[in-house]
Amino acid sequence: MEKKFKFIEHTADIKFQAFGKSLEDAFKNSALAMFNAMHDGKVKEKNIAKIKAEGKDFESLLYNFLEEFLVLFDSEGFFLSKIKKIKIDKKNFKVEAEAVGDDAENYEMHADVKAVTYNDMFVRYDKNSGKWIIQAVLDV
Amino acid sequence: MKIKKISTDTYEIPKEGCMNVHGIVYASEKIMNAIKEDKTLEQVKNVACLPGILKASIAVSDAHQGYGFPIGGVAAFDIDKGVISPGGVGYDINCSVRLLKTNLTKKDILERQKEVVDALFRKIPSGVGRGSKFQITKEELKNLLEKGAKYIVEKGYGVREDYLHTEEEGCIKGADASKVSEKAIKRGIGQLGTLGAGNHFLEVQYVDEIADSETAKVLGLKKDQVTIMIHCGSRGLGHQVASDYIKKMEEEYGFEKLPDRELINAPIKSRLGKDYLAAMAAAANFAFANKQLITHWVREEMTHIFSGTKEVKIDVVYDVCHNIAKIEEHIVDGIKKEVCVHRKGATRSFGPGRKEIPEAYRKIGQPVIIPGSMGTSSYVLVGTKKAEELSFGSTVHGAGRVKSRSSAIKTLRGGEIKEKLQKKGIEVKSGSLKSLAEEAPQVYKDIDEVVRVVDELGISKKVAKLKPLAVVKG
Repeated sequence: MEKKFKFIEHTADIKFQAFGKSLEDAFKNSALAMFNAMHDGKVKEKNIAKIKAEGKDFESLLYNFLEEFLVLFDSEGFFLSKIKKIKIDKKNFKVEAEAVGDDAENYEMHADVKAVTYNDMFVRYDKNSGKWIIQAVLDV
Repeated sequence: MKIKKISTDTYEIPKEGCMNVHGIVYASEKIMNAIKEDKTLEQVKNVACLPGILKASIAVSDAHQGYGFPIGGVAAFDIDKGVISPGGVGYDINCSVRLLKTNLTKKDILERQKEVVDALFRKIPSGVGRGSKFQITKEELKNLLEKGAKYIVEKGYGVREDYLHTEEEGCIKGADASKVSEKAIKRGIGQLGTLGAGNHFLEVQYVDEIADSETAKVLGLKKDQVTIMIHCGSRGLGHQVASDYIKKMEEEYGFEKLPDRELINAPIKSRLGKDYLAAMAAAANFAFANKQLITHWVREEMTHIFSGTKEVKIDVVYDVCHNIAKIEEHIVDGIKKEVCVHRKGATRSFGPGRKEIPEAYRKIGQPVIIPGSMGTSSYVLVGTKKAEELSFGSTVHGAGRVKSRSSAIKTLRGGEIKEKLQKKGIEVKSGSLKSLAEEAPQVYKDIDEVVRVVDELGISKKVAKLKPLAVVKG
């Protein structure tokens, strides 16, 4: 199976790279990486959440997309299991997604992601591998 | 990069390129070697490029890489020509530390160590996703954001002296709840009175050593006395305020010319600059209120545990901000003026006489509370005139990291760490064993060395060393 994401050494915070054949897949895997930083076991598919985000470029779109999940997590205790549907409007930098997950209180959390940061962030298409690569640092 | 050692514990990064001022790092050789391992020094240089920065871009002895500004970064800006940067405050606005003193002794705790840690763990919500027991309406929350710790005390959770012994008396003026987004309110409303995870903790300690007995006396600290330390911040509310204003400032000013996107800023006197300061103050007040509520619960629980044996008395020693921007008076080029000081992972360290210090402590200087990493010592120091000369009245905030979280998890196991701490006589209770590994003492710089350096430099003076007995972690 192809790698969805990986974590990279960082002194204080959590840095990850996420991959995908499409931009949509790379976005999905970024969200998974962020939640994986908090809890890395299996998560049940009990609740449904719909999110929408907009941006001015791919980076701000990613930032806002991930932030919507953090808001859901803090306010409703939603913990992501899987993104079922995702649609990205690449021209207007808009994303809509439907996700399933469970209540965070059913899991042991080992990190508290405070925020997404722009530090070392990129969203790019890598011609050599034919894949989209996303990199971001999370403030924990 | 050019680095010049200019005196003991002081290094200079000479002005070059876009830098408006030089960089200064206060570190011993040992600490400097650790600092050189990541991007800290590059970040000190980047901050020096921001408009209106005064004197120097400073990093104190616990510095490590942040995003935009380094952690352990201090930068002061001219009120008229300077900027305010949310990245210079950090996402966890007013991540801060409150120290309580008790009439208990080390022996009292040792007799029921496990009971104490279990009871506090149950009482104070810690970790991620553990919501508050404190219900509050949106309207009330807005009121709280403008009044800070005082709001909580007026509701019956604490006494007046609690907030009087807090930086800014537990309420940063100019807070405006209307500048805080609905999203931020939504994130924070269920989190009042919670510790959160990461490096946040609640610790029962005892006074192990007194370095300055006269000053310790004024603070009411003596050997073997039990103290309790609360370390937490403004939770999701503060994180969202930071994020909201980073986005707003990007929209208004663009980030293309910045050396790092996280350095986004606005002129202090601009509409957006003022709005951020008002929202930041509101988030800071949330953090003060948060610790006030936890203080109340700690009092309740400790009273309950010792009921029938001892009447427990708990008072606030002091409460300091670690991530904040403040408008303060400082002397720049011989002239006294108002400047905006960013302290990101740094503590205010004002010397004796400053009006900002509570009356009871004004003669000794502002108390500085430095938490160690889990299981290591913490320190109480006092601020100095020297700090006002060297670092805009600032000193360190903790040990500072040296090892990444991911490598900590790879090489350290939570269970083993817990056992090791138990062997040292420290009881730990955490929501997650893995989070213990991430915060293990090995991933931090040596706190004793960090404190030795700031004491030697004179930007704060050692008063007492505290050792942990029981730790509650997220």
